Amino acid sequence: MNRRLFPWLIGLSLVFFVVAPILIVRAPLEQEMGLIQKIFYFHFSAWMAMYLSICVLGISSAQFLFRRKPAADRLAVSAAEAALVFGLMGLITGPIWAVKSWGVWWNWDARTTIALILELILVAYLLLRSYGGPGSDRLAAGLGMFAMANLPFLYISTNIWRTIHPPTSVVPTLPVDFGIPLWWSFAGFIVLCLALLTARVRLEEQRATLDRLYLALEDE
Amino acid sequence: MNLVLSAGEIIGLLGPNGAGKSTLLAVLSTLAEPSHGDVRYGDFTASAGGAPLRAQVGFLSHDLQLYPELTARENLEFFAGLYGLDRPAERAHEALAKASLSERADDLVEGFSRGMRQRLALERTLLHAPRLVLFDEPFTGLDEASCGALVTRLQQLRTARRIVVLATHDLDVVSQLLDRAVVLRMGRLSELGSTGSLRERYRAALAEAPRGRRPGPFGPSGSGPGESPA
Amino acid sequence: MSRFLQVAWLVVRKDLRVESRNKEMLLTTLFFAVSCVLVFSFGFVRGGAAIEGSASGVLWITIAFSGTLALGRAFERERHHDALRGLLMAPVDRPAIYVGKLVGVLLLLAVVEALVVVMIAFLFQAPLFRHGWWLLTLLSLGTIGFASVGTLFSAMLLRTRSRAVLLPVLLYPVTIPVLIMGVSGTFALVQPDPDLVLARVWVSLLFFFDIVFVTLALWTFEPVMTE
Repeated sequence: MNRRLFPWLIGLSLVFFVVAPILIVRAPLEQEMGLIQKIFYFHFSAWMAMYLSICVLGISSAQFLFRRKPAADRLAVSAAEAALVFGLMGLITGPIWAVKSWGVWWNWDARTTIALILELILVAYLLLRSYGGPGSDRLAAGLGMFAMANLPFLYISTNIWRTIHPPTSVVPTLPVDFGIPLWWSFAGFIVLCLALLTARVRLEEQRATLDRLYLALEDE
Repeated sequence: MNLVLSAGEIIGLLGPNGAGKSTLLAVLSTLAEPSHGDVRYGDFTASAGGAPLRAQVGFLSHDLQLYPELTARENLEFFAGLYGLDRPAERAHEALAKASLSERADDLVEGFSRGMRQRLALERTLLHAPRLVLFDEPFTGLDEASCGALVTRLQQLRTARRIVVLATHDLDVVSQLLDRAVVLRMGRLSELGSTGSLRERYRAALAEAPRGRRPGPFGPSGSGPGESPA
Repeated sequence: MSRFLQVAWLVVRKDLRVESRNKEMLLTTLFFAVSCVLVFSFGFVRGGAAIEGSASGVLWITIAFSGTLALGRAFERERHHDALRGLLMAPVDRPAIYVGKLVGVLLLLAVVEALVVVMIAFLFQAPLFRHGWWLLTLLSLGTIGFASVGTLFSAMLLRTRSRAVLLPVLLYPVTIPVLIMGVSGTFALVQPDPDLVLARVWVSLLFFFDIVFVTLALWTFEPVMTE
């Protein structure tokens, strides 16, 4: 199933990303921030892709921990890597935008801080999987669930802290001209995320199959 | 692998290091879950068994699971309380007598010799009178007298219709003790035949096992989930 | 339920008894916390006056560092004689073991924090006792949040390679929200013009954090500890 899905997903995301710059250039220039504001379309989308991956990580970790489905573990590790990559994109685009519009590379407001924390958790997850030795898949699944449980605190804290990050209600009220390139980029990133997940899960499946074949070979 | 155990048996679990004996014991004691297959204890299954199942199982690992900073009596009373036994102080007292440690009851365990700790740990394992008793290398580091005492105790367990599983290397000590023996080699279990001495049968079983694993780019265990040999 | 609490209590009592004989963990953690505060005071106290806001930060960082040390030691002991498996074999819901170990760690950290708070109030001239009850609540909830995650991670890493290094690597990112909330809450309390409303907000957030994560830890303890 994955083998057939992957080319479609990659093709679709290619379409999205080829058209996106056109839409972004056409989008109106925001008054205060000027050209640099256009990074927002990718910045926001990258973070959304990361949140999606973290949710997938949390759910598949729970599946693996409580139901012991090996497929869930493969999905979990793929989601962790995807989340790391998209988070990195967000963390790079963020300061680029920040330094031009707010004058500082990094301000310690709630959302940026906790996004950085999530990135750290993902690195910790991958370190555990690499260096934890046998059995670390279960432990990592536990960690994955803790990572997901941190998400609500991210959302709530934005609304409580005084913050110079736009509060979450900005997005739904964007005028249409801003909205189209945003949701287009958003869709593009989500499709890319799914494509990456598919490819990565496929890689894990192939590894598992290879292991099984080796074991079967020794039975001769 | 397929294994069936019945009451009143002492089964030896033999095999070279790294074969998975400790893992198998962990699975049998509900401390580990098999990646495929099922373990059934009479009417219970391992996953559904939970606390009542554990009340029927005793496990003595190689490291004895004692607290050296506590006295012998305190160790026993703690585990008696943990196992929900009534009158824990009395039970501890009886167990100390069975272990011939009554005079040392109030001494800290860190001052005990290996043999004494073994006797104490054995009684701790048997405090709740489990039906299935698992031992991981119990004879290692014991002198002759202690070995003999342990063998006697195991025979008592057989008379009391318990199931005893012993993972061990000491073939000489257990040769007369075992009712059955199985060999674990690289995740495969095979039962030893009944003719010849234990050592001869063991050697024969090892000789007919398959060749070693061919190393590959990912290795036998790869980077996927750690699989137990079950 | 009462059996659950009984077993948890037995574990706590056993830990207290072991500690009273050995005292190694208590003394080393206390000494470490004291050194930590001293080192920070060298860094942040200039000419008799502390850098503004540093007291709150130093308090919680010291708790985090000492807590990590204590957690590592607490489970190292259980590992030493394979004792944790003996506990896991008990015919009781396994989370009871977790609760017992957690309470033990909390008691140890309570002693450490009592000393640390006094030291910081003294060295950093921070009015930590002005709203004593608020601070106590903040410290309790924050320590519970930190220790609940730490006890679970420490237990689950017991049989892992590189566990000494991996514990802080896993623990700090997941508990940074606790530290942020604790530091901000403490800061609100020690201001010249204390902001109790804000402090209450942080206390409530910490409370919810604790509920979520203790529940999660109880829920995942058994599957994570089964090999």
